[in-house]
Amino acid sequence: MNKNYFEIIRAGINSTFQDLGRSNLYHIGVPFSGAMDNRNYLLANKLVGNDHNDPVIEFAYQGPHLKYHGDKINIAITGDVSFKIKKGDNLIDGECYQSFILENYDELDILSTNKSVYGYIAISGTFDLQFQWSSCSTNTKAKLGSNNGEKLSVNQKINVKEINNNFVLRKLNYVNTKIENIRVIKGTNFNYFSEEGKKIFFKNEFKVSKLSDRMGMRLEGKKIENIIDTNIRSEGLIKGVIQVPADGNPIIMLSDHGTIGGYPKIGVVISADYDKLVQLTPGSRVKFQEVDLSSAETLFKLYDLETQNLISQI
Amino acid sequence: MIKNISNLGDAALYCDFGKEINKDINTHVIKYFKTIQKKNIPGINNLTPSYNKLIISFDLKKINFNKLKKIIDNIEIIKGDSIQNKKFEIPVCCEKEFSLDIKRLEEKLKMKEEKIYESFFEKEFFCYMTGFIAGMPFLGDLDENLRAKRLDTPRVKVPKGSIGLTEQFANIYTFESPGGWNIIGNTPLNIFDNTKEKEPNLINPGDLVTFKRISKEKYQNYHE
Repeated sequence: MNKNYFEIIRAGINSTFQDLGRSNLYHIGVPFSGAMDNRNYLLANKLVGNDHNDPVIEFAYQGPHLKYHGDKINIAITGDVSFKIKKGDNLIDGECYQSFILENYDELDILSTNKSVYGYIAISGTFDLQFQWSSCSTNTKAKLGSNNGEKLSVNQKINVKEINNNFVLRKLNYVNTKIENIRVIKGTNFNYFSEEGKKIFFKNEFKVSKLSDRMGMRLEGKKIENIIDTNIRSEGLIKGVIQVPADGNPIIMLSDHGTIGGYPKIGVVISADYDKLVQLTPGSRVKFQEVDLSSAETLFKLYDLETQNLISQI
Repeated sequence: MIKNISNLGDAALYCDFGKEINKDINTHVIKYFKTIQKKNIPGINNLTPSYNKLIISFDLKKINFNKLKKIIDNIEIIKGDSIQNKKFEIPVCCEKEFSLDIKRLEEKLKMKEEKIYESFFEKEFFCYMTGFIAGMPFLGDLDENLRAKRLDTPRVKVPKGSIGLTEQFANIYTFESPGGWNIIGNTPLNIFDNTKEKEPNLINPGDLVTFKRISKEKYQNYHE
């Protein structure tokens, strides 16, 4: 029925459909989800002339290898990504932030993200997806959203519902920078930790653990000692909350996080740093740096202005 | 009533209803939640009621902490509107393969397994909130002698249907998820139906829940 589609030769490690996510469902336990790196998500859509909230494919580490069948289509990849485009016998090195045309039987092979975790594929058109609570975002843990809540797998097709005839090739000069200091506002249980523990939190380095995914990022470092209680009454969580369970290692809540938690909150990552936080690869070393609420608000304005500015350059 | 409002990060209000946890305080939390939900205040993008807290998340592009705090400080709560109570009986199998932490609990609570189960299955629970993962009910209150802390390091995977205990509460893992509660059994019943856009949760705040022990055979042949 669908004459335009992508055949999946390799699905990649964790390739899912994402958009801006779904809101106002925390109270039943459903998180925002949505693209982890919001800026790169928005840029991908703009590069192919889409609306800012159109669905894209998000991939982590190794992405998918796709073969395209159908009428020509405009594509863009964002992030810090190595990929190849195969046109007949020609194998071309792909460039991020630069849209390109795929034609019938062309292949797109997302080899890997470089010094980052997530990247995005946008098409000039719409994927054929089911929406749940007005979002296509796949939450594989809750089995919600498009593709029956599953990540992409081989032997399935990605159908293109519609191609908008937007074949203008667009380009942006942009380099992703890696974050070393994550800025945080003190959490509501900051005083649960010993003076030494607080010092460790703000002075020592932490290593991003392999046990990190779209739900959360686990960190390893010197134990942050709790002197009051290693449990609190379970209460709401938001993206960016840093909980410290009894083992003294921080866990940062990410986009598919549990909506309620019972470990003390030592801090919350500021909104301006979220996109860069999620791109930290396992093994990366980071430090936390304290900021106050009004600085965090100013930093978010700057972040947002910079994003708008990049979008307007496309 | 809200005792104090502070900021949780730069994009959420943390409304504290006081230290105690009881049905009265929880009912206040739910009333605030419902009132704010009905008002559709621009910028608010999520509300999370819990035992004695209400977290209000907002879009930092549209509003900020001080502006939203002023609105919430001056909100009038709808009177009446009592919470409806539904009753549920949840089947639970406690075979070894399901009761992952019963040995830990025997040790921590200094109680025999049979006593723990006896006390657990006698209880009628009240649902304070749902969340953590989609549809997970937080049920209270466990007897004093059954209250234990979470695991020191949360499990990366807790199986779907697991019944967990922590402090004065019991919960049900509606699907496989990370988690730190003490697991004592497993239910074959589907507690969250992700195919329903409306009312996907079986159990909602205010509902009453009892648990019924079932054999492994019944568990395996269970049909809803």
